Amino acid sequence: MALRLLSKARVVPELRNVAFASSAAAPAELSDFDMQHKTPVIRKQQLIPKAQYGGRHAVTMLPGGGIGPECMGYVREIFKYIGAPVDFEVVDIDPTVDNDDDVQYAITTIKRNGVGLKGNIETKSEAAYVTSRNVALRNELDMYAYVLNCKSFAGVPTRHKDIDIQIIRQNTEGEYAMLEHESVRGVIESMKVVTASNSERVARFAFEFAKKNGRKKVTTVHKANIMKLSDGLFLETSRRLAKEYPDIEHNDMIIDNCCMQLVAKPHQFDVMLMTNLYGSIVSNVVCGILGGAGLLSGRNYGDHYAVFEPGTRNTGTAIAGKNIANPIAMINASIDMLEHLGHHFHADLLRRAVNKTVNVDRILTPDVGGSSSSSEVVDSIIDNIETVAKNEIPIVLA
Amino acid sequence: MAARFIKKIVPTSRAGVAKYSTGVRKVTLIPGHGIGPEITVAVQKIFEAAKVPIEWDEVDVTAVRGPDGKFGIPQRAIDSVNENKIGLKGPLMTPVGKGYRSLNLALRKEFDLYANVRPCKSLDGIKTLYDNVDVVTIRENTEGEYSGIEHEIVDGVVQSIKLITEEASKRVAEFAFQFARDNKRKKVTAVHKANIMRMSDGLFLRCCRDLATKYPDIKFEERYLDTVCLNMVQDPSKFDVLVMPNLYGDIMSDMCSGLVGGLGLTPSGNIGKNGALFESVHGTAPAIAGQDKANPTALLLSGVMMLRHMRFLEEADKIESACFTVLREGKVLTEDLGGNSTCSAFTSEIIKNLA
Repeated sequence: MALRLLSKARVVPELRNVAFASSAAAPAELSDFDMQHKTPVIRKQQLIPKAQYGGRHAVTMLPGGGIGPECMGYVREIFKYIGAPVDFEVVDIDPTVDNDDDVQYAITTIKRNGVGLKGNIETKSEAAYVTSRNVALRNELDMYAYVLNCKSFAGVPTRHKDIDIQIIRQNTEGEYAMLEHESVRGVIESMKVVTASNSERVARFAFEFAKKNGRKKVTTVHKANIMKLSDGLFLETSRRLAKEYPDIEHNDMIIDNCCMQLVAKPHQFDVMLMTNLYGSIVSNVVCGILGGAGLLSGRNYGDHYAVFEPGTRNTGTAIAGKNIANPIAMINASIDMLEHLGHHFHADLLRRAVNKTVNVDRILTPDVGGSSSSSEVVDSIIDNIETVAKNEIPIVLA
Repeated sequence: MAARFIKKIVPTSRAGVAKYSTGVRKVTLIPGHGIGPEITVAVQKIFEAAKVPIEWDEVDVTAVRGPDGKFGIPQRAIDSVNENKIGLKGPLMTPVGKGYRSLNLALRKEFDLYANVRPCKSLDGIKTLYDNVDVVTIRENTEGEYSGIEHEIVDGVVQSIKLITEEASKRVAEFAFQFARDNKRKKVTAVHKANIMRMSDGLFLRCCRDLATKYPDIKFEERYLDTVCLNMVQDPSKFDVLVMPNLYGDIMSDMCSGLVGGLGLTPSGNIGKNGALFESVHGTAPAIAGQDKANPTALLLSGVMMLRHMRFLEEADKIESACFTVLREGKVLTEDLGGNSTCSAFTSEIIKNLA
């Protein structure tokens, strides 16, 4: 609002809708001083030029904890085999240390490389002032949208078949604002922050995504009957934006009804849009319906950076090191990353190989009903890469 | 010592309840909106046929504008529940977005109903994709994310406050463990998100852990909310009793009822310090109101829960088995369950099976 006043007074150049634009939309003519003091709603980003040497991309790799390191090992093995033009820059984050140096270094590398591949980072400290490292990473890089592409795998036995849902979740604020305080002894307040600008950004992202991918319906999930102002704002924003996309159907659903519908009739959903916590719940429910945490991958998108990770963000400490972790999630994340970087040949090759292993050969780890170990699954994928490269085997859908 | 001995053999009645000398208990009945009145009538008919010693005291809780200008529950309703201490409620309407605060929430606040219990058990005859569900969700009912404290700080930035207090968390945790013990359940799982909401859910978790030490016969575990969601849809038999703060409880209890067949079949009870309110949790279904199409099962099973709470165990078992028999036989079912009978036909069928 201040910005609109300022632009009317011709102090700052006319910037339409700039209150809701990210710094990507901020024109380059604004000096650092103007940026700092006259555009208070734009999040300040120091842009570092991206690294690409000789056609090869550099990608930050954050193994994290639990099953992260072993899955990253498999990804590296597969990439070496297919000769993907990607160099990994590994940053290990020590979970026991209280300071943020590792995380800051990881953030700098992602800013430099533009793209990251990550496992779930543990934050062992339970102290209230230590922010969750995963949350810190997302907020610092302003990756405001999280996309989870949930498609049924034919080879995995599940109760529901043929599901195809895209979940778009607001990734930086909402219940994960991590602003808590103890006002009186024994009474704790935790704040859930919802802003118009972030709601608009993620809603626009959702509708543009639906348009680009030929999706027909967007469902906003909320609890505005109880949290009238916060979820009400989110809902109003998505309803307002829905009017700008008349060929995409929009409806809304309350979160508890949504969960009930998901377990009973999941086929009514196409693209789902929601705030942070509901996104966590719904993505876990859908991953559960599709066969577990080990299969799907998620993508964190910001205006400048993209980070790919296994869909349900589990550390899997209980199964770490036992060679039974499902590597498919991490491999799917790496396929998404290759797509994003533009290496479509390698991404396609890998996707068809994974598809053959899971849906045709049905070599699966115990968590999805198979009996192979992780290394056997990875070996099968590598074998299938060769077969697929020679024989042009199409993707099996059913 | 003699007093303690006597207390053990003579069961103590619920304190200070309205009881006639004939042993008939008075219960507040709130029909609600939409299909509320019809399903309430159905339940009353069934209870009468089963000769349950209950007298119904019907009240209306539609909000009225009080002397201070705010909408609230009429005084007559409040007096009735305070006197009778037990209530059975049909569905109430809550407007989305702007409007007065949810009446359901207002009732809970008024009567200090701090724990919401929802048992979700797979029913014979209702075929869902999950058939081994036997979960009880216990949800903190007064605070948490539903405290209703919201502000617009600056243009375009809204904040909603989630309040967690030690007292409320302790109360609900104690209730959960006591419930588990009374109903011979083996495990209590605390569901939380303390990796993100460290202080608030951390406090809730600490209260649960403290109370777990006092009930060593019951297994206690703590799980993250997303893990529970993930595992619940894959294998619901992993969970027994779940205890959690308000929002998670709302979502999980609805999801668990989805696993067993929907809100039209799930009972629910709200337990308070000095009273209890049992309700059907489905909506008011305005589309089918007044057409004799509604399914009274949810309200009936809540009534059965209420009878068990009041220690009318025989009558409770009788009505429950009649209801399960009709559902299992599947000959007379309402439309939402795939049949084409009316509400009254369903009611008569249950009454027939009571004999």
